[in-house]
Amino acid sequence: MSINKVTRRKALKLGVAASVLPLVHIRTAGAAGQVSIALWDHWVGQGNDVMKKQIAAFAEKNKVEVKADLIPSASGQILMVENAEAQAKAGHDIYALSVWEAHNHVDDLEPVDDVVGRLIAKYGKTNDAVEYLCKVKGHWLAVPSSSGTQTKGPEGRISILRDAAGLDVVKMFPGSGTTCPGLDAWTWDAHLKAAEACAKVGKNFGIGLGTTSDSVDFAGSLFAAYGAELVNAKGDITVRSDAVREVLEYAQRLVKLLPKDAVSYDDASNNRALISGQSALIFNPPSPWAVALKDAPAVAADTWHFPAPAGPKGRFLPYLPYMWGIWKFAKNKTAAKELLEYLMQRENVEARENATIGFDIPPFVSMLDFKIWETAEPPKGTLWNYPNHPWHKQVAHIAAMPAPPEIAVQIYNQGTMPTMFAKLLSGQSVNDVMAWAENELESFKRA
Amino acid sequence: MADRSAVAVSLPPHRMVRRSFMRRLLERRSTVALLMCSPLFLLIAGLVVYPAFYALYLAMLNRRMTQFVGLDNFAFLLKRDTFRLVIFQSCLFAVSSVVLKSFLGFVLAHLMSNIPSGRQRIWRGLLLVPWVIPLALSTLGWWWLFDPSYSAFNYLLNALGIASVPWLGVAWPARLCMITVNVWFGTSFFMIMYLAALKSVPEQLYEAAAIDGAGTFQKMFYVTVPMIRNVISVTVLYSLIVTFANFDIVRILTNGGPESKTHVFATYAFQVGIQSGDIPLGASVSLFMFPLLAVFAYFVLRNVTRRGKEMTV
Repeated sequence: MSINKVTRRKALKLGVAASVLPLVHIRTAGAAGQVSIALWDHWVGQGNDVMKKQIAAFAEKNKVEVKADLIPSASGQILMVENAEAQAKAGHDIYALSVWEAHNHVDDLEPVDDVVGRLIAKYGKTNDAVEYLCKVKGHWLAVPSSSGTQTKGPEGRISILRDAAGLDVVKMFPGSGTTCPGLDAWTWDAHLKAAEACAKVGKNFGIGLGTTSDSVDFAGSLFAAYGAELVNAKGDITVRSDAVREVLEYAQRLVKLLPKDAVSYDDASNNRALISGQSALIFNPPSPWAVALKDAPAVAADTWHFPAPAGPKGRFLPYLPYMWGIWKFAKNKTAAKELLEYLMQRENVEARENATIGFDIPPFVSMLDFKIWETAEPPKGTLWNYPNHPWHKQVAHIAAMPAPPEIAVQIYNQGTMPTMFAKLLSGQSVNDVMAWAENELESFKRA
Repeated sequence: MADRSAVAVSLPPHRMVRRSFMRRLLERRSTVALLMCSPLFLLIAGLVVYPAFYALYLAMLNRRMTQFVGLDNFAFLLKRDTFRLVIFQSCLFAVSSVVLKSFLGFVLAHLMSNIPSGRQRIWRGLLLVPWVIPLALSTLGWWWLFDPSYSAFNYLLNALGIASVPWLGVAWPARLCMITVNVWFGTSFFMIMYLAALKSVPEQLYEAAAIDGAGTFQKMFYVTVPMIRNVISVTVLYSLIVTFANFDIVRILTNGGPESKTHVFATYAFQVGIQSGDIPLGASVSLFMFPLLAVFAYFVLRNVTRRGKEMTV
């Protein structure tokens, strides 16, 4: 009878083997260990179900045990868990990060240049906003994701815009093809005229002046279209500029046409304004349309998505990305990277896209040809112009860009731009508003 | 007994001394009490003391949390207009809410104490409902009433021919709404505390006062208030601390708007610390009132202890 003795030398060898396991990633049952991922709880369509299936397929194929948690963004829950994990240096291996979070956790995230490099080699470039938000000092700190990523262009009522403002958005921005006959005429001035006409018939544009992201993204798009920067790329405060003044003078006219309660709008208020039929136009991803499909089918069938208006410096589409970061303290970085690369494969992105009825926007330009945006209905083609197609000639933009991200995040999250508009509405002069903004921005420069 | 001494004799002298010392220690009631309380001490240490000191440590770091900056974060905050507005708003919200809750709770407790005990139970239960509903949930209900677009209050006003009020869109109405919700939520707590205190006031004192010709208000000011003063102090202190730390109401109703004019410490700390990625500054905001409240608590509790001693003498 032989007894297998575990000698000290043998135990040491086993220990070393176990510690390098994630690196060699042996593809046998259980050999690759566990990996955990915190996902944004997708509330549009069946996005979560398809994501779970894809993760299960990855786990099965790679013999990895994957633990996936869905964390809602409501009330900042996803942010709070993220910060708790970063402080505790423990938690999930992969975390779904929103807009600014890669920059907020520069020291806590594992570079993913290898993963993103392979994805770019395969699918081409991402847009500039993605690079601005995911890349720090030349290194990708997060893998740009499609899940939760959205653009917030105009979403308007076809009949109201046509009858009240004389804008036939279906003709201007057809639901298929690669041309938009109405693109050149769709400027911020045209937007103001349409807002005025719709306000006259009691269908005010549902644009918020609160501090939540829909209000901020709208304001950011308007500022960028006039070339107005509150803080430039070098970090200098540039609020006292002609461009900012021009935006504020424009906003002075616009805010009077918005709903009386615009300053207390949150990210749901504009959705409700459109779904209830009170508003002719909002700036949003197609989530209200998706809700209206069930709750107000007539409204959904009368809703059209189209590009942002253009200003003197161009057309800037509000863009709100999600990304996946791998914590430095992650226990299985190899498997985490493989999982992320797998989830961002075209076929997987498209399957999730179909499940979310076109809500998610892929970060790679080459993936903007998915069929769902052409086929989604009613009305057919309503989502065709929701992604940022090359022929829209618009720049995917995040408010406060190109300010250094550590300043931009504060401009964004404290709603500086829409608050400037709200101050105009309360009767403050352009000079007063500029002075207030300058004071606020000084405080954001804190090291 | 015989067995015990036999064992003791068989041990070497130094073990004997140690054993008897351990035994004596374990036989002391204070030691047993300490041992039995130790899980609680561990919990307090882990969930209160450690987080408090950690927050203090965080509040003294720079934005990237790489450098110790002492009290610089607090000095920085005091220079900001927005933060000074947060201090004003927090004080207004907490003080006016607590004063109103205390007054209404006092009135309700008196009304309640005059209801016969059988019916009192029903009324007490009904009035406690706001306090037992989770605050986030009830605030959401209030938000629907104040909602910018579909306010039930505005619906009623419009039915009466009065124009809609932008409840949450203008600073002062929004502040008033926040205070109203807090008072609605917290008055029950004051009422129940005061009611319990009223029941402990001896009836003979009122009888003696009546014999001396005291009227209703004289009884209240010269008998009731002095007798329940400790309860009032502790309730006000507790409520003030909780109200200063309130988050749900502001977060749900206004999210700090319009124009950051309704932020309180907790919501501003969340915006600065969690949303804007400046955790040290967020920690400084949330700790800002700590010294003032600690001094206030010290004096209130010292007076309570002093009055307690006076009453037992």
